[in-house]
Amino acid sequence: VTDEWWEVFSYRGVIGAAVLYFLAMLAYFFELAGLRSAPKEEQEGAVGAQAVLVAPPRTAVAARLGLVLTGFAVAVHLAALVARGLAADPNRVPWGNMYEFTISGTFVVALIFVLSTLRIDIEWLGPLVTTFVVAALMAAFLGLDDTVLPLPDALNSPWLVIHVVAAVISTGAFTVGALLSGLYLAKARSTSTTGYLARVPDLKVLDRLSYRMHAFGFPVWTFAVLITGPIWAHQAWGAYWNWDPKEVWAFITWVVYAAYLHARATAGWRGRNAALLALVGAATLWFNFIGINFFSSSSQHSYAEGAAPETSVVVGLAGPVEAAEEVGVVVGSDHART
Amino acid sequence: VTDLQPDLRHRPSDDRQATALPPDLNARELARWSWRQLTSMRTALVLLLLLALASIPGSVIPQENIDSLAVSQWRDNHPRLAPIWDRLDLFNVYGSVWFSAIYILLMISLVGCIIPRLFVYARAARARPPKAPRHLSRLPESTSYTTDEAPEVVLDRAAKALRRKRFRVDAGDDSVDAERGHLREAGNLVFHLAVIVVLVGVAVGSLFGYKGGVIMLNGEDYGFSNNLTQYDDFAPGALFDPDVMEPFSFSITDFEVEWLTEGERAGMAREFVAELAYETEPGGETKAYDLRVNHPLSIGGTDVFLIGHGYAPVITIRDGDGEVAYSGPSVFLPTNAQTFESFGVIKAPDASPAQIGLEGTFYPTFAMGRDADGNLTMPASVFGDAFDPLVSLFVYTGDLGLDDGTPASVYVLDKAKATQVVEDDGQPFRMDLRPGDTVTLPDDLGTVSFDGLQRWNKIQVSRSPGKMVALAGVVLALLGLLGSLFIRPRRLWVRARRQDDGTTLVEVARLDRSSAGDPEDGAAEMDDVVAALQGRTTKEDES
Repeated sequence: VTDEWWEVFSYRGVIGAAVLYFLAMLAYFFELAGLRSAPKEEQEGAVGAQAVLVAPPRTAVAARLGLVLTGFAVAVHLAALVARGLAADPNRVPWGNMYEFTISGTFVVALIFVLSTLRIDIEWLGPLVTTFVVAALMAAFLGLDDTVLPLPDALNSPWLVIHVVAAVISTGAFTVGALLSGLYLAKARSTSTTGYLARVPDLKVLDRLSYRMHAFGFPVWTFAVLITGPIWAHQAWGAYWNWDPKEVWAFITWVVYAAYLHARATAGWRGRNAALLALVGAATLWFNFIGINFFSSSSQHSYAEGAAPETSVVVGLAGPVEAAEEVGVVVGSDHART
Repeated sequence: VTDLQPDLRHRPSDDRQATALPPDLNARELARWSWRQLTSMRTALVLLLLLALASIPGSVIPQENIDSLAVSQWRDNHPRLAPIWDRLDLFNVYGSVWFSAIYILLMISLVGCIIPRLFVYARAARARPPKAPRHLSRLPESTSYTTDEAPEVVLDRAAKALRRKRFRVDAGDDSVDAERGHLREAGNLVFHLAVIVVLVGVAVGSLFGYKGGVIMLNGEDYGFSNNLTQYDDFAPGALFDPDVMEPFSFSITDFEVEWLTEGERAGMAREFVAELAYETEPGGETKAYDLRVNHPLSIGGTDVFLIGHGYAPVITIRDGDGEVAYSGPSVFLPTNAQTFESFGVIKAPDASPAQIGLEGTFYPTFAMGRDADGNLTMPASVFGDAFDPLVSLFVYTGDLGLDDGTPASVYVLDKAKATQVVEDDGQPFRMDLRPGDTVTLPDDLGTVSFDGLQRWNKIQVSRSPGKMVALAGVVLALLGLLGSLFIRPRRLWVRARRQDDGTTLVEVARLDRSSAGDPEDGAAEMDDVVAALQGRTTKEDES
């Protein structure tokens, strides 16, 4: 089996997974439509607006189908990720560029969702998760599609595995947390007694679940950004903290989520304010992943090169030196930023 | 009932927010009021968010100590804004007064918040569980059952079961009072103290450490020994002492790089290896080390990194008298990170009859570019490896500005008083040399030969003393964080009373004191305790 075969396999796997997520999304939407059109008596049978509505059998089947399809999609998604790593020569982890990070990040989001359904009642989040994953995968295909390249030397380190696994897992957890917080804000404004928002659990539960996702994500993010990141930076770049734009934004994300946890724990900011802070955190997280590439070209996180504006010279790292003398090429961190 | 107040969550600092400004303040009251404001939770939160906000400019505006070239380009492009940015320290955000002010205030706030809490915790850590409230059934999580067993038997069993579950247990008159999860606050305190440890580590590194860079030609003839004079650039900390510099020395015996020549990845370089021969002290044993990206060489507390590479054409200039006025490799600096097209300068101030300066471009793999119509356009390098090296030079003569003793960059030719050598038709004289070529200069100035090609590496040497302290601090912070997030402090009471009909009423109540207690977990724990009281076992006990 050749590398090309694996690469094609991986592309088809991601497309297949995207189709399955899409079908799962349709099943969930069908379920929602079923709830909306359910007989009025049935809905009034439930006590109060917060009560869980009893779904008629057909819609229950649709919900089940949605979850099963999502599960299958996650399996295919995983196979596509593994194939992506096998497509590289030499074989490597599939975390070399933005496309690969996106398909990995969406995988973790879907995986966290599926695993959570085993332990807690969170199936109602299915429509949001599948919609998000389908949208992100489409964006990855349209905007970030990239061929398999061998890793630049700077990325070629065991820390790639540790650092990126932690970053991707926490990104997935924060993203699910942000979906929950968004849902919280939407539900807090809504007075509807039917439809999706009426079906999701009450605000208290949303708030608590969102907090739990963040409480899980934050230590992992700390590990990724403030422990493995600096250790690796020290090995690859010669300084453990360089105020690299990606570092700065990872730090900003950390500070915002620290403020979120702090606000919840001590200032008693629950509900709306906490949800807003969580969304701000998610915004900084995703801006760091995609947005900052358009603003700054000096990042040494070379996987982001695709979106970086043109510069003719890569400047050496060491200290404040006269500009002309400072022009030295950075080994291995990048091959094609020009 | 006051026991039920979640006093740890209701920390002393919270009260301060409510403190109104007294009408007449003397200096002492003002100071006290300011201190309370500064150390309040809300201020800490605002400062945290301010810190995030203040970090943003540094990620979008080029920073002097990160990319000074980009800063000078930015200055050229924005002549009006640059002075304003300068005044606001926007080219040096992370060293600016306002950024420092935020994190110093944050640290003061943190210390001011932590110290009182340490005392509170020291008392709480030894505190016994509070007495059972009078009406257990009024607590949000409570249950009860009746049994024929004597109250003493039930209470005894409750105390044993709760101790086994690692509760802190006290026996009351008709109740058992238990509490668990004191370590949550400990984790919280450890986290905050660890943040201070991290800052101390970082501060030590930036005050006492140093970072320097040197461009080193390959070959045993070109050694480096670790002292100030040997560096091309050097950035010491404010309290740096040159005596701490370890007296090692090294040379680069060989440099290898693998260029990919086919496929989508063609043109990319990988597997950079600089073979070092180093001595940890003068006269010491010479050891070898393969210096690679991600694999720095550590000597004592100092690390040596491979940062860059490039070409140094070996050029010999003979002057009009036939004497060698210059001979050796000259470092050319890459202007293109992929093709390694490089720019360089060679100066021969001792040439006679006139000084000779050369300036031009080195192409590792030379080719003429073609425009859309197929016409030859600009010369270019098409590959980073030296497949077809060519150096293209312009010649200057006259005063190169080296005689008055002012320091001049070896990478810049001072053309102020020099004249460019031109052809008979007035076009600038240009020579294109491949290795082995020799060109005779016009006007009997002499000859220039391209003898061969050398390589150079950019090496970074850095010493950041506090780095292990900082690392230990972050790890400690993470452990504290885990404790403060996942340890759930809770209280549990069991009361058993003989009723008039001779049976015993057993009441169990639980109070979750964490910020995100899970009702299901709480219910499970209650079930568990009740099961233990009734002598049943549950799944949790078996596992």
